[in-house]
Amino acid sequence: MSEVKMVVNGRTITGNVEDRTLLVHFLRENLGMTGTHVGCDTSQCGACVVHLDGKAVKSCSILAVQASGSEVVTIEGLADGSDLHPVQAAFREHHGLQCGFCTPGMIMAATDMINRHPEGLDEKTVRAELEGNICRCTGYHNIVKAILAASEVMSKGAAKAA
Amino acid sequence: MYSVNYHRAASVEDAARLLAANDEAKLVSGGMTLIPAMKTRLAAPSDLIDLRHIAALKGISVSGSTVTIGAGTTHAEVAASQELAAACPAFVKLAGSIGDPHVRHLGTIGGSVANNDPAADYPAALLALGATVVTNKREVAAEDFFTGLFETALGEGEIVTAIRFTAPQAAGYQKFRNPASRYAMAGVFVARGSDGVKVAVTGAGDNGVFRSAEMEAALSSNFDAAALDGLTLPADGMMSDIHASADYRANLVVVMAKRAVAAANG
Repeated sequence: MSEVKMVVNGRTITGNVEDRTLLVHFLRENLGMTGTHVGCDTSQCGACVVHLDGKAVKSCSILAVQASGSEVVTIEGLADGSDLHPVQAAFREHHGLQCGFCTPGMIMAATDMINRHPEGLDEKTVRAELEGNICRCTGYHNIVKAILAASEVMSKGAAKAA
Repeated sequence: MYSVNYHRAASVEDAARLLAANDEAKLVSGGMTLIPAMKTRLAAPSDLIDLRHIAALKGISVSGSTVTIGAGTTHAEVAASQELAAACPAFVKLAGSIGDPHVRHLGTIGGSVANNDPAADYPAALLALGATVVTNKREVAAEDFFTGLFETALGEGEIVTAIRFTAPQAAGYQKFRNPASRYAMAGVFVARGSDGVKVAVTGAGDNGVFRSAEMEAALSSNFDAAALDGLTLPADGMMSDIHASADYRANLVVVMAKRAVAAANG
């Protein structure tokens, strides 16, 4: 057992976990934050993507103790109160989901992708960058549309802020 | 996953001490291979020694034509390095083709090299570039480092700390991905440097990464994809599995080599 301490969605969390506990299980079972999903459990599908110190990672492929001392953002941490994050709003607007199982990972991957491409995104880049996220419903078209739309909204927001 | 004891190493010396003290311990860096292997119980170390927080293992430096990459540098960091892109664009492109963005955020060059997966990308680059693998005990030429499937020259308590190579005059890397796993079914890194042309192949050999003397000879006199026209490699020694026969891989290797040369000259 180890004590882990991390900042999850802005809140400092401590907990005692078995060393073999995966970060995704710590989030879901210890913290009750079930927005982050376990899809394939073999690091293929990306349903478990969270941000670790600002970077998208698969929370099923890292131990909670490895992440101790880090800052974690999950899907629960994106919205500002009742205002959806621009990526969440774009997924709703463009119908970027059907069953919704992959959506938390898709949105966390999309947010990371947009952050890494402040110059803007094109369809080819979005599709290539989605390599680590699998959706079995949509055929990706509306997911790509939503990410492109969110990227535009967020770059306009950044321009306004500047 | 079986039970495991986690240790966070503060330094390379600390990691070496922990490694010596625990017989069944394994080093973990990004963990993008080891953690999934532990989940399926293919790996069951008693102890994990985490190298991810050792600052001395991180970073890229280019000094003249000498490139040094800390073992703890992630694929994403290699892929995004402008300094490295100027020195060896093929290396940067290779890093950006590993796994997916999330894997590249954690996976490290040192971990990939020490694991020597027969379909990993970096071993081909290191072999073709005549790179040096620096450990906490010595320096090993890539040629002597990769010794077989998941086998390296690393001894007890030895930790990869950096990778060093001389920037080539030209280099290219191309791979044919397995449509499902996205691992290379054949990946070829070609490099032309002051000591000639080297061609290294990953994903295809049944004993891991290897150099192709036939293709090196053909390209030494004419560093052009056309120099490989009509060249065939023996299927002997190629991997054969449900995804591709040895014959198919032998053909694929030459096709990838041509594309890699074209990329190097592009």
